[in-house]
Amino acid sequence: MSILTVIARRLLHAFLLVLAVLILNFLLIHLAPGDPAEVIAGEMGGATEEMLQQIRETYGLDKPVITQLGIYLSQALQGDLGQSFFYNAPVVDLILGRIGPTILLVIAALTFAILIGTMLGVLSSHKPKGIMSGFVTLFSVVGYSAPIFWTGLMLVILFAWTFPIFPIANMYDITLEGGFFARVLDVLHHLVLPALTLGIVYIAQYSRLTRASMLEILGSDYIRTARAKGVGEVKIYGFHALRNAILPVVTIAGLQFGSIISGAVLVETVFSWPGLGTLAFDSILARDYPTVLGILFFSSLLVIVANLITDLVYRVVDPRIRTGG
Amino acid sequence: MSASEIHSVPKSQHPLVEAARAFRQSWAGVLGFILLVAIIFMAFAGPHIYGVDPFEIVWAPLTPPGDTETAPLGTDYLGRDILAGLLHGGAATLYVGLSAGLITITIGILVGAFAGFYGGAVDEMLMRVTEFFQVLPALLFAMVLVTLFTPSIFVVSAAIGVVSWPTTARLTRAEFLKIRNLEYVKAARSIGAKNQRIIWRVILPNALAPLIVSATLTIGVAILFEAGLSFLGLGDPNAFSWGLMIGSGREHILDAWWTVTLPGVMIFITVLGFSLVGDGLNDAFNPKLRER
Repeated sequence: MSILTVIARRLLHAFLLVLAVLILNFLLIHLAPGDPAEVIAGEMGGATEEMLQQIRETYGLDKPVITQLGIYLSQALQGDLGQSFFYNAPVVDLILGRIGPTILLVIAALTFAILIGTMLGVLSSHKPKGIMSGFVTLFSVVGYSAPIFWTGLMLVILFAWTFPIFPIANMYDITLEGGFFARVLDVLHHLVLPALTLGIVYIAQYSRLTRASMLEILGSDYIRTARAKGVGEVKIYGFHALRNAILPVVTIAGLQFGSIISGAVLVETVFSWPGLGTLAFDSILARDYPTVLGILFFSSLLVIVANLITDLVYRVVDPRIRTGG
Repeated sequence: MSASEIHSVPKSQHPLVEAARAFRQSWAGVLGFILLVAIIFMAFAGPHIYGVDPFEIVWAPLTPPGDTETAPLGTDYLGRDILAGLLHGGAATLYVGLSAGLITITIGILVGAFAGFYGGAVDEMLMRVTEFFQVLPALLFAMVLVTLFTPSIFVVSAAIGVVSWPTTARLTRAEFLKIRNLEYVKAARSIGAKNQRIIWRVILPNALAPLIVSATLTIGVAILFEAGLSFLGLGDPNAFSWGLMIGSGREHILDAWWTVTLPGVMIFITVLGFSLVGDGLNDAFNPKLRER
């Protein structure tokens, strides 16, 4: 199967998933207790009878359900996810304004997690029964068990009082004056704590995963061959073994995108990071359903795209899969 | 010979007895078990021993721990007793964790068992549904469900269950695929056992070990979920849980660290207990590790 056929198939598959998410959104509007028009208007939007009537017309709420679904899907696929009556803006605009910070946070956290996680894993695989190894095991159990928002709040306490070197809220300093680079540095400075908080759970998982696959690989024949040839330890660990040990980490990271976005919702709330998570929190408080459902749609879209990219990258990186495709 | 006679084994060699022996040798499992027993005792006996109502205002707001004997661990932003909250919060948290875990496992096993056993079109369809649920960010989906329906303990547990079952389903399916062609399944089939009997009485008991490990971890994850939802203000407002305490203390974190730190420690210990027990069970069920 050529790579183009694979891509075409994957794209079709992704499109069907997108469609399924939209159908789910439609069902949720109708399954919720109460009048769908009021659900769309949002409970605290203060919708008047005229507005409700207008919503009923736009969404064809007096027509059969299947027609309503058709209307909803065609609107959504044209990029219209409805109007937020709470923010008085189109849902798509609201989300597009907030999606960037979330993507930045998630990618920063993943980078943190993969770099530190594999490093810890490699170090601990060097002496499987040493102190480092015990630390990695302990850290992975602890990292897994602490609620992520609590870890964040603990870091807030730590960095607000003991080491006040990182900002504990928001994404940038609005009073900052300076050029483009100063602003970029400012955002990165604000990014450290949220990304670290979100990354900790995954650092724990990836270090354990890397340790396990490193131990397996270090016992394999080709490493013994490399050793017999006189290749140095550093090169064996850093080049021969790590290259293969990192594959499962990358796969898992791609598959975990959904759970990372879930974590981001909590971390954003803790650090007032202006992304989709804080938008979700605010619109849920306001019972602004179109925005809430729009966020569910867009975050699922992010997961679908991330899975697609992981899948394709993996095919390029690992030749064994290409033939199996 | 009937199918049940095939399965009867002498009691002294029962795998569960062996597993229990192996479990006692795993320090992680034993430590986790002790933590859980302590937490459960605290959650159910605690409120009777220390009879302060967690909703009642007992002292000045945001009193630090040790300042007054009335509230030994301090008070929250309304002046409610933190110690009473910690003791009462356990029951709600454990209740949601257990019921959500149960819902997750039931859906997961049903979907996974049918997909793995029947294969073909059934498998294809069920796995597509599973894949779809894995695309939805679980916490956001649970937030939407809880917001659209009212946040009661039942809705919160159901929402957590509805968003978390895919992992269990995939695990069950994998086990069923592995087991369904083994000799003893063929033997059961050859003596005329029906599909339902083979699924629930022949294959499932043999797939149980990894599922029990996964169930333990699932409860831990469900507790983290409940905490997250409560923290966002989407828990049952009438149920006093640890997540609710953290959520209501969040605004005051820089003035009153204890309002957030202490309930977080409780959640941490509980989830740690479940995951250590899971680790211990994993070792206990794994015959390769038994020799040690």
